[in-house]
Amino acid sequence: MTELHHLTIHDAARLLHQRKISAVELTKAVLSRIAAVEPKIKACVTLDGQAAMEQAKAADDALARGMTDQLTGIPVLIKDNISTRGIRTTCSSRMLETYVPPFDATVIEKLKSRRAIIVGKTNMDEFAMGSSTENSAFHPTHNPWDLTRVPGGSSGGSAAAVAADEALAALGSDTGGSIRQPAGFCNVVGLKPTYGRVSRYGLIAFASSLDQIGPLTKDVTDCAIMLNAISGQDQRDSTSVAQPVPDYSGALCPNITGMRLGVPKEYFVAGIQAEVRDVIDRALAKFESMGARLEWLSLPHTEYALAVYYIIAPSEASANLARYDGVKYGFSYHEARNIWEATEKTRQIGFGPEVKRRIMLGTYALSAGYYDAYYLKAQKVRTLIRRDFDVAFQKCDALITPTSPTVPFKLGQKVDDPLQMYLSDICTLSVNIAGIPAISIPAGFADGLPVGMQIIGRPFAEETLLRIAYTYEQATDWHKRRPAL
Amino acid sequence: MKLSREEVRHITTLARLSLTEAETELMQTQLSNILENFEVLRQLDTGDITPTTHSVPLQNVFRQDAVTPSCPREQILSNAPQKEDGYFKVRAVLED
Repeated sequence: MTELHHLTIHDAARLLHQRKISAVELTKAVLSRIAAVEPKIKACVTLDGQAAMEQAKAADDALARGMTDQLTGIPVLIKDNISTRGIRTTCSSRMLETYVPPFDATVIEKLKSRRAIIVGKTNMDEFAMGSSTENSAFHPTHNPWDLTRVPGGSSGGSAAAVAADEALAALGSDTGGSIRQPAGFCNVVGLKPTYGRVSRYGLIAFASSLDQIGPLTKDVTDCAIMLNAISGQDQRDSTSVAQPVPDYSGALCPNITGMRLGVPKEYFVAGIQAEVRDVIDRALAKFESMGARLEWLSLPHTEYALAVYYIIAPSEASANLARYDGVKYGFSYHEARNIWEATEKTRQIGFGPEVKRRIMLGTYALSAGYYDAYYLKAQKVRTLIRRDFDVAFQKCDALITPTSPTVPFKLGQKVDDPLQMYLSDICTLSVNIAGIPAISIPAGFADGLPVGMQIIGRPFAEETLLRIAYTYEQATDWHKRRPAL
Repeated sequence: MKLSREEVRHITTLARLSLTEAETELMQTQLSNILENFEVLRQLDTGDITPTTHSVPLQNVFRQDAVTPSCPREQILSNAPQKEDGYFKVRAVLED
């Protein structure tokens, strides 16, 4: 039998229900895997093995009573911007280094009610601002496929952990590509749900009109299981939507005959690495051979997405991060002469460079005299970007693009040039701006490094995405490859 | 769009963020670069376009006005850097 930490959720669940393995055995296997590889990967910021073992025993009790829930006894890791009661939740920031939430995020309540096992919290770019996980105040995370390269970001810890078999699955958050880009860089499956599909209650806010929580998993079947577990309206998040939650596993039918897949030409031009393009071209040919119809089309406002995103997201962030004043929780500087100096010093010391940059950018964009030129203008162009997708979806069931224009880059390569770093999200930003769902799945390798393919869908068409992704996955074996660690 | 040093200082005041001299200088260059890239938006005529504030069109959202337990005071205060008699302790806002 394969080693237990290699298992997917659906394989582990079957073995747990047949009582061939126990949750305690599975959790022990995952914990020893973490102990073995974590010194190289550094995907986690907080681990609680003892609490995990207690949860595993409780899961075994439930399984002994005949509980046959697919998540019972499954060890998972959680991005460290999702609130976990009693477990430190830092956003990988000095500002929240000792913060212990007094409540669980809705998605955590949902996972706990299914008796999934929360093993710990994963590293990220500070406050989810970044594309490489190098903006963590604690340490960078290393890509399991090449330890000298970044895992992507901001959910780099979650993606690297799943790729390195440190958990069967993980949760991340995606504001401009922060689930999909690291999933692509680490050869795992990552899904950003439609805005409003998953409750944001307990997700520490970055850009409230763009943020969504989503799963990072070893295959598409697990993605469907995790999406079912976290979806649904929540009274505590007024932007969550009353749309019924289907059984996403029902969408896992390997047949895309007659489906119309759009290929937006703007995603295949300047800046895309030739090897990445080759991988996606082969995937497109594969879709065609499986009976899908390809249609090249245009999303004409794509070139404006970067500017729109880097106005809207920092503006919202500057408002959301105003709460860190050293009074209610978090880092607090006490040596100041007065309250204003205390606040300014608290924020100077508590926030890292990228967070400061975005607060400054957002504050400027919202300031008197500039609001119309930046924030309002960006929101109007946001409408144009959404319309591009509306038009495309009149002709197509889904769109196919690379997840990222390049393979994972070297640690340190882009840290001194914020704009270059921002460009690594160029394929994923528009999706958040439009609020639509997208999935990244393993599509192949270039020089031994993973290449992700993004599939973009209509609002609440996660089932379509899962079906296309599953069909491709069943016809390939990229997702089964594991890094040599 | 080139930001002056005074403009950068003004933004730090608005953002309640102090920066060192070196940080201010770097921020001036980096923000100017980023803002220059935003100029691309000026090419677009957006005169009659309605702005999108949220991608999902939502009306007012209501829930039952039911009394439920909320987070107990001691838990809320458990992360407070300074507290006294069940309150957050803050510095004086008004000075003599």
